[in-house]
Amino acid sequence: MLKFIVRRLIMLAPILLGLSLVMAFFLHLLPGTPCANILGERATAAQLQKCEHNLGYDRPPIVQWADYVVNAVQLDFGTSFSGARLPVLDAFLQRFPATIELTLAAMLFAVGVGIPLGIAAAKRRQSLLDGAATVVSLIGISIPIFFLGLILVYVFGVWLHWLPAGGRFDLREFDFKGAGTNFLLWESLVIDRDPAKFLDVVGHLILPGITLGTIPLAFVMRITRSAVIEVLNEDYVRTARAKGLSARRIDSRHVLRNALLPVVTVIGLQSGLLLGGAVLTETVYSWGGVGTWLFTAAVDKDYAVIQSGTLLLASVFVLVNLAVDVSYAFLNPRIRYA
Amino acid sequence: MAERTVAVTADLTPAELEQLLLERPDYEVQLESLNQWQLAWRRFRRHRLALAGAALFLALVAIAIIGPFFVHYDYYEIPHPDELVYAGRPPSWISGDWDPPLLMGETARLQRDILGLVVNGARLSLVIGVGATIISVVIGAVWGGVAGYFGGWLDSVMMRIVDSLLTLPILFLILVAGKFLGRGDWPSVMLIFGLFGWLGLSRLVRSLFLSLREEDFVDAARAVGVSDGRIILRHILPNTLSPIIVAATLSVAGVIIGEAFVSFLGFGVDITQPTWGNVLTSSLDFLQQGNWWWAFFPGFAIVLTVLGINFMGDGLRDALDPRARI
Repeated sequence: MLKFIVRRLIMLAPILLGLSLVMAFFLHLLPGTPCANILGERATAAQLQKCEHNLGYDRPPIVQWADYVVNAVQLDFGTSFSGARLPVLDAFLQRFPATIELTLAAMLFAVGVGIPLGIAAAKRRQSLLDGAATVVSLIGISIPIFFLGLILVYVFGVWLHWLPAGGRFDLREFDFKGAGTNFLLWESLVIDRDPAKFLDVVGHLILPGITLGTIPLAFVMRITRSAVIEVLNEDYVRTARAKGLSARRIDSRHVLRNALLPVVTVIGLQSGLLLGGAVLTETVYSWGGVGTWLFTAAVDKDYAVIQSGTLLLASVFVLVNLAVDVSYAFLNPRIRYA
Repeated sequence: MAERTVAVTADLTPAELEQLLLERPDYEVQLESLNQWQLAWRRFRRHRLALAGAALFLALVAIAIIGPFFVHYDYYEIPHPDELVYAGRPPSWISGDWDPPLLMGETARLQRDILGLVVNGARLSLVIGVGATIISVVIGAVWGGVAGYFGGWLDSVMMRIVDSLLTLPILFLILVAGKFLGRGDWPSVMLIFGLFGWLGLSRLVRSLFLSLREEDFVDAARAVGVSDGRIILRHILPNTLSPIIVAATLSVAGVIIGEAFVSFLGFGVDITQPTWGNVLTSSLDFLQQGNWWWAFFPGFAIVLTVLGINFMGDGLRDALDPRARI
């Protein structure tokens, strides 16, 4: 097992190398350099050239790439030239907790609703509930998530005033200056021990979580349904029924454990995708995660952030998938990694 | 004997056949043979949701084609030059103000009729969706087909490239590419979506080719000296059409949502040419004031289209599956 994990981690290196090369050429192919943005519209051609020379953008892309790799290996991912001019890694670590909390909320919603709904639909196939679940999942996939976000903001935030319409906590009532980890759930509950503050943070998570969780919900529901249907037809389920086990025991021990494997795959894949930044949800709810960070970088042509940000997110994606693969072995002892 | 005959198809169940024979004792029953596409159409027809989805989609295509002739839209025309109003007007059937008649209300700021934006936006949204899908299907089919047919190191290299590209946040790359390359005209937006959208499809096509190239009919073709290119195009590709059609249908929906996403953030088609996405661009700013109609109607148009396509795709998946009965 350990060997498998180590081998997969080593595999990460060529993937990241290749990706950084692709990104380097991709950025090179795009017209213009960040200098135009740094110097502003009135810069002369000579100034531009000088800036490009100083920052090394006039070198061949392959040289720029090699230079980038040498720095990246030493965990120097460059410095953003807009905003607070933070090193990219620092900015990433500051933003990423917000994305993690949002992803957790979304996946909690998707799994908490999707799995029970999928099981119920599978056990009563062709019933009204089954049909309704299928239609709901198709609608869930069909709604653009910013549109869903806009509707939820309007109905619950603007119209009914039940839930906050944006932000991560109520700026007028609370502040988070203590630990600076940016994990607000953890900080409010464990460090500040302030239940009101914690509930406020949770309240701010509800709408973005539902918005972001709808598409994963649809996938989790459909996969759970088909996996449970498949397992229900297995011989060992019939055997378990024949020997008189209670329906509850069959469900929990025989059906669910075996049906869970494909569901875990989907949960892992979807979490990986969500961790990659939910630009839309973050924009609608003014959520300071990695999605809006990359988005602003794209607007500002902030090369260092674009290049290293995508690379860091790709690593997160690969690592999450590795975690999913490892979890298979725990869920299904028949799977062994040599 | 009997002069009148009734054609019966293979997809009739034995019970239905018996019923038919009981009802029409004087008819002679003749078995009618249907080809694969006719059978698929029969199966599709019985899928009520899919039919509804197809009808919905076709209705929207019709609106996209003929709607703009009836509902006028010109970006450079100021609708009410003599009025200075900041907030938008709600639909007439809510406000009771029928001068001018507004079915879907008006946007804030520039006071554009939302009906005009939705109807005229339908054209570009659908054209971008279908056009980008055609581009990505062609690239994906060629890439996946070549990798799957030849196999070996070529396959490994080609698929590792796809795998690496799949770990990138593609929509973000589209944003960047749109920002740098796109001058905000619709062909470049369509091209960008097409050029980034083929990855999943190439994997699908490759897996189909991998199993099909082992079939006897491919061996037979090779034995009589058919060239590789011809085997790929004439012998294997037709057999992969059903899954490709399903994937392409769903991809149209994906691109329409993707275009809306990119335009919503202000990276897509510029606002002189309306699409459902760029109409939504500033709607968020006015939601707080209660201008819900600005976001609602264009968004609802997207939902209806994508829902129609997804229902249709679901039905196509069932209809084109050769293992499926009925």
